Amino acid sequence: MGVALAAALAGFITVASTTSTEQSGLLRHLLPLFTAQSGIEVRVVAVGTGQALDIGRRGDADVVFVHARPLEEKFIAEGEGVQRFDVMYNDFVLVGPSSDPAGVAGTKDVVAAFRKIHSARVPFVSRGDKSGTHFAELEIWKLAGIDLAKDKGPWYRDTGQGMGPALNTAAGMGAYVLADRGTWLSFRNRAGLAIAVQGDQRLFNPYGVMLVNPARHANVKKELGQAFIDWLISPPGQKAIADYKVGGEQLFFPNAAK
Amino acid sequence: MSASILPLVLDNVGYASNGQAIIGGVSLAIEAGASTIILGANGAGKSVLMRLMHGLLEPTSGSVKWSETGHASLRRRQAMVFQRPVMLRRSALANVVYALELAGVEAGEREAQARGALAEVGLQHLAERPARVLSGGEQQRLALARAWALHPEVLFLDEPTANLDPTAAREIETVIKAFDAAGTKIVMATHNLGQARRLGDEVIYVHGGRVVERASIDQFFARPATAEAAAFMKGELPWV
Amino acid sequence: MSAIAEGLRRVFQLDIELWHIVVLSLEVSLSAVLLATLVGLPLGALLAVKRFSGRRGVIVVLNALMGLPPVVVGLVVYLMLSRAGPLGELGLLFTPGAMIVAQTVLVLPIIAALARQALEDAWREYEEQLRSLGAEGVKAALTLIWDARFSLITAVLAGLGRASAEVGAVMIVGGNIDGVTRVMTTAIALETSKGDLPLALGLGFILIAIVLALNAAAQLIKEAAQRRFG
Repeated sequence: MGVALAAALAGFITVASTTSTEQSGLLRHLLPLFTAQSGIEVRVVAVGTGQALDIGRRGDADVVFVHARPLEEKFIAEGEGVQRFDVMYNDFVLVGPSSDPAGVAGTKDVVAAFRKIHSARVPFVSRGDKSGTHFAELEIWKLAGIDLAKDKGPWYRDTGQGMGPALNTAAGMGAYVLADRGTWLSFRNRAGLAIAVQGDQRLFNPYGVMLVNPARHANVKKELGQAFIDWLISPPGQKAIADYKVGGEQLFFPNAAK
Repeated sequence: MSASILPLVLDNVGYASNGQAIIGGVSLAIEAGASTIILGANGAGKSVLMRLMHGLLEPTSGSVKWSETGHASLRRRQAMVFQRPVMLRRSALANVVYALELAGVEAGEREAQARGALAEVGLQHLAERPARVLSGGEQQRLALARAWALHPEVLFLDEPTANLDPTAAREIETVIKAFDAAGTKIVMATHNLGQARRLGDEVIYVHGGRVVERASIDQFFARPATAEAAAFMKGELPWV
Repeated sequence: MSAIAEGLRRVFQLDIELWHIVVLSLEVSLSAVLLATLVGLPLGALLAVKRFSGRRGVIVVLNALMGLPPVVVGLVVYLMLSRAGPLGELGLLFTPGAMIVAQTVLVLPIIAALARQALEDAWREYEEQLRSLGAEGVKAALTLIWDARFSLITAVLAGLGRASAEVGAVMIVGGNIDGVTRVMTTAIALETSKGDLPLALGLGFILIAIVLALNAAAQLIKEAAQRRFG
């Protein structure tokens, strides 16, 4: 009640973020804390990273909060964003059927695992939607030396979907899929899927936050947006991120510059 | 005291539709007084002729002229009752009120006048009934009440009893006779010889889209002047 | 079956949040249908009654627009309302207002096309009598609309059905923002993509129940009015 009242006084910002921050439940936990402290309402449009950045380019959001570092740096270089700040990271996990047809369960080398899946032609579901997860997946294929454009077969299912639907699809067809740990932990339809590979350095998944450039888009609420960014990287914000747990497990690890 | 809209003068009126000629070369004048029957077989062109006179159709050749011009006032002073009455989805009273509203009657007076018109045709007890649930005869009487409420100078009737049983038909004829007696000019199309005899003073006989004969009722029935009229009389034996 | 029972149980646990989602869904769809009716009914009446060159082409296009894919409408409205687009100044994107705009565009052809058909049939019956009584143009069209109201209710209900069922348009222009632009259909899509199928099913049942209730109410009103007016 007091939150709503405060919000009515201070206004709102629009944040373009990714499905992983929403579907993991992080935002539900985080945003009320920020609103209580600042009186600013945060409206999150949760889409794939590529689309979130596009929303920022169009000036339809004040802040962009995604997890694809090369794309974020390109965004800044284009002059679309003011500055990129580290906020938190989590990791990706390679999830697959518990029957482990490619024989990769329990290993720590994700690049080697990808090679094994490829040579065994075991079904693999890709998000194919220009999301942060999709880009991470493509990076690993590149490291494995596999040229998907030449080597794509019916084993590689390019679904063009968000993380949840991709997991649904993988569960349905007994396929491997690269997922962010946050979405995986809150995913309810596991149907025989389990974590096959985790812990590889290359599965590190950093999140960054940027203010959309007000010089480009006069409508950007730069003070309110900056207040949100400042809170995210401040000790209270970082602690709130670390406090978020699903089933006792921490999903995201704060790493803002001190 | 406004001038009469009669006589209605048709000058070489023709009407064609889709390339088909339906009415041709009709020249006549409708005068006040005697009630006029437009007589003819089905398909002779009576209905089209009526609509041309009432103004629902524009002639494709020739002209239809009332004695007084002015579209709006014209509407009120000549009304038409169709073979199939079309009632709005509201009460009988509301249907008459609607016509009065269109005619520009003041809001406070509409209901009283409407009730009066219903009483004229003996429908006052059905005033609140939904018009569409009334019987065929009752709806046709309602159509007459609706037309009568405007006190038109000329009342066109296009085969008003063709769809009714004999009893209902009689009731309609009674009302028409009353309107005639009250001074309304009656122009009625029918193919029913008995009805023509009962209600009409003069006959305009239509055959193949042309006016073939015009005479007083007695003269026409005693000795039709044309072969077509005679043939028509022979085919249509008055049975009422 | 147990998934459905589980889903309904979870749905009712949401209470306040569910209430907001339901209320917003009704606000958006009913507003869109109201706007579409205000524009579509007169448009349908005009097409039914007036003859003009190109009329047949307009009718064909209008009928075809009934099948507009919601996601395409959403995309086009999004491009119009985006800050980078022509109507960006309105600041409507990602608000319920944008959702109403998109659904109005989607539903307008349905109401106009179905109204045209109903009114054209009615005009065939009424035209001579109305013109004879002196009702022309707008007056005739209004009388026609009122008299054909029972058939027109069906057209409006068809529009309402389309609006409450679609997800493509409201997802794109609304952004499915928690607490602001989340409606029944986008909530169902979200829960499905999270893999929470029982909850999605439960929400689906609520949505169907609401639409059924609206239709039942409309039918009762129609029958009562028909008894009174014929």
